[in-house]
Amino acid sequence: MPKVDSSILSKKDKILLDIEKIIDPKNVLSHTDEIRPYETDALAAYKQAPLLVVLPETVKEVSEILKYCNENKIKVVPRGAGTGLSGGSLPLEDCILLAMGKFNKILELDYENRCVVTQPCVTNLAITQAVQDKGFYYAPDPSSQIACSIGGNVAENSGGVHSLKYGATTNNLLGIEVVLMDGTITRFGGKAMDAEGYDFLGLMTGSEGLLGVITEVTVKILRTPEVVKAALIGFPTIEDAGNCVAEIIAQGCIPAGMEIMDKALTKATNDYSKAGYPTDAEGMMIVEFDGTEHEVDAYIEKVKNIAEKNNSSSLKISKSNDERLKFWAGRKAAFPACGVLAPDYMCMDGSIPRGKLAEVLNEITRLSKKYNLPVANAFHAGDGNLHPLIMFDANDPEELKKCEEFGADILKYCVKVGGALTGEHGVGIEKRELMCEAFNDKDIQQQLTIKVALDPNSLLNPGKVYPILRKCAEEGRVHVHGGKTKFPDIPRF
Amino acid sequence: MSMEEKQNSQTFLDFNQSNFNPSTREEIVEIIKDCYRKNIPLEINGTKSKNKIGRNFQSEKTLSLSKYSGIIEYKPEELYIKVRAGTPIKDIVAELDKNNQQLAFEPIDFGFLFKGSSNAGTIGGVVSSNFAGPRRFKVGSARDHLLGFQGVNGKGEIIKSGGTVVKNVTGYDLCKLLSGSFGTLTVLTDLSVKVLPKPDSSKTLIINNPHLKKAIEYLGIALSSSTDPSGGVFYPEKFDNNFTFNDLTHKGALTAIRIEGPSNSVDERIKRLIKELSLLENEFSILESVQTNIFWNKTKNLEVFSNSKSNLLRIVVPVSETLNVIQKLKTFDANYFLDWGGSLIWLELEKINLKTLREIKEITQEHSGYCTIIKVEEDLKASADIFTIDPIKYKISEKIKKSFDPKRIFNPGKMYSGI
Repeated sequence: MPKVDSSILSKKDKILLDIEKIIDPKNVLSHTDEIRPYETDALAAYKQAPLLVVLPETVKEVSEILKYCNENKIKVVPRGAGTGLSGGSLPLEDCILLAMGKFNKILELDYENRCVVTQPCVTNLAITQAVQDKGFYYAPDPSSQIACSIGGNVAENSGGVHSLKYGATTNNLLGIEVVLMDGTITRFGGKAMDAEGYDFLGLMTGSEGLLGVITEVTVKILRTPEVVKAALIGFPTIEDAGNCVAEIIAQGCIPAGMEIMDKALTKATNDYSKAGYPTDAEGMMIVEFDGTEHEVDAYIEKVKNIAEKNNSSSLKISKSNDERLKFWAGRKAAFPACGVLAPDYMCMDGSIPRGKLAEVLNEITRLSKKYNLPVANAFHAGDGNLHPLIMFDANDPEELKKCEEFGADILKYCVKVGGALTGEHGVGIEKRELMCEAFNDKDIQQQLTIKVALDPNSLLNPGKVYPILRKCAEEGRVHVHGGKTKFPDIPRF
Repeated sequence: MSMEEKQNSQTFLDFNQSNFNPSTREEIVEIIKDCYRKNIPLEINGTKSKNKIGRNFQSEKTLSLSKYSGIIEYKPEELYIKVRAGTPIKDIVAELDKNNQQLAFEPIDFGFLFKGSSNAGTIGGVVSSNFAGPRRFKVGSARDHLLGFQGVNGKGEIIKSGGTVVKNVTGYDLCKLLSGSFGTLTVLTDLSVKVLPKPDSSKTLIINNPHLKKAIEYLGIALSSSTDPSGGVFYPEKFDNNFTFNDLTHKGALTAIRIEGPSNSVDERIKRLIKELSLLENEFSILESVQTNIFWNKTKNLEVFSNSKSNLLRIVVPVSETLNVIQKLKTFDANYFLDWGGSLIWLELEKINLKTLREIKEITQEHSGYCTIIKVEEDLKASADIFTIDPIKYKISEKIKKSFDPKRIFNPGKMYSGI
């Protein structure tokens, strides 16, 4: 992490007094016990208490705090719900943690323009809940949607299992209000689509809190599909499953969701949740379509034929919504199911071209043997997002090191086959040192120049995303010990 | 580098010429490096199909990407195509056609507007201007379909961002930032663009209705319904000569709603829509697939303004404001039609002056929208604000411009004076 500025640490009392002049002292936390809950986000392997935690209530307060910090060269780390998996809101010892938790109100349900205006710390799911009685929903659905904040979704450009058809956050976002590090309050985008000029809305989305603090969000909402049906298909080989995916797409079907699990994960999740999965299959796929009855039936029929052509060993189509949810229940229990198999596991988040699935899984199997660690794989086949779960025992330092090397090797391989280091969890501190696998110095330099243009003193969320040490360090991924995640009750990926 | 590229890159680059037509990325890099060293401003273009959009600016030399063309890689099953920036849109469309795929954001062919016949331009130009067709509200615009790029920044350095996969959150999303930047930040060289299957079938419900208010109501109901339309426009009566279709039973103003998908589902949804809009038998007609394609191509390509000598403004407002905005704009003796379900107003004015322009821009801003000048008389162009920007965003834009193009050699002043 960036070097700690000891002069800031020594001025803590003065800073506290100054901040308490800007916002109500009850919203400034400085005592060790008060700030402990803010030491980490969902990448719980890393912990660091900040200098202070401040909880502003208005955009004016956010602006004044940032302006004060900018003038006094104090680092600021913004935080939403703290559910991020890549350490994006990990505090620094000499930083002010700007916790946006009090920005928790939905401001406007605008059905005429089919959008919702909300404060950033409203949860993703709360947006859908606010509009569902009128038959609408907000499409991006990261698995942690019951807890993650919409502001955090914007900062990380969160996805979900429906990204192929409906896009990630960036494709569903209309506008934001942002405060820059110098205290400037501005708006990018709005209810009118495709604002003129440079697309700062697009630039801010997924910038992991490095360029500005989001204080208001406008998202588009969609009409809830009438019918949703899923097919549960088993395949004798992963290659068959992969070919089936390619053909589904080649035949012009765009499923709402398409998931593949390998045999290890199918068995683990079936044992755990009794989902009725074909445990003898080497690859298992869930394909889901939404739309009107005829539309969904037409696609399901098409998929059925394609699956049979690709040697499917079993095929079940959901006859009710309950059955459809049962198909997903096992898939959604992938984390706890792995927790039963090993004391610890680490979840990776790479993106690969769909057609490379079999090749990448073969490589993962090879690496699994090399490192002598078991692995189970889940794959958002629709959008190419691969989540290998590496099982290990963190009490054995040698095994932890091996696991980290294994994880880094997988991500490097994802990049090598034309994919990406991270599909939806973000770079944060977790994959920071792997950025040089995806980008060369010039690419990274260009991005850093943008950062400097908006935050010349590099005070906003420093140490995240971009490598500090030019080495591909192998640091902790989503590391779970004894089945205890940071938020064990939140579904993951 | 392929053999062909190697040979081309060895071609002698004459830095004294005023028009550069490089055919390799290496040449592009050399040209930009030279211009960076010598502070030579460059006009960046492709086939100039849209070069009348934007401010006039001084450039010493022209860098045309029209020879840096061709499809690098097309993976139908991975839903992307990787092309050089100078590749004509029509070549890409023809290639995608072979696999029944398309650029879902419907790039606009501005040729009709500017010269009376098709000139769809290049992919580089389409991405750099980020204007999307009627499907915008459903699938997004060019910026939502650019998966990754390689380009050359203002110092002559090759940079890249994104890739070929749809889910990628590695680093800042420069694909978005460069889309719609009109070549002022980076010379895009290679682009990976998302492609999608063409729908099996598409039909258009045409409602015979002269009233703007009613049209906006129809469009609002349709776009909020589970029938999931992919286009919604309103043409006032003035344009009815442009639409003579066998299936069209009426003359006069029309509201059109497009439904796409598997054929049985399209029929089902059209029926449902008729019911949801409470239409009587004599109030509507339905265009079958072929006529639907013609209708929406005409719409996206602004063919009703083909060869027009008039000025054209592109106004986008939240749809709730459209009625009020149009009512205020009526005082200006203008023609218009509505796209994007009512939130995009194409406004044609025969006569215009700086005062009217300012007033129209103010009206759109009062209603939470914006107004871009697409086509305007030459003598006005020098003094009119083509794009509008507030001081804060101007300051940020200036900094971003500097971070990519520190000596302001790419299209200087094309978007804003000083940027």
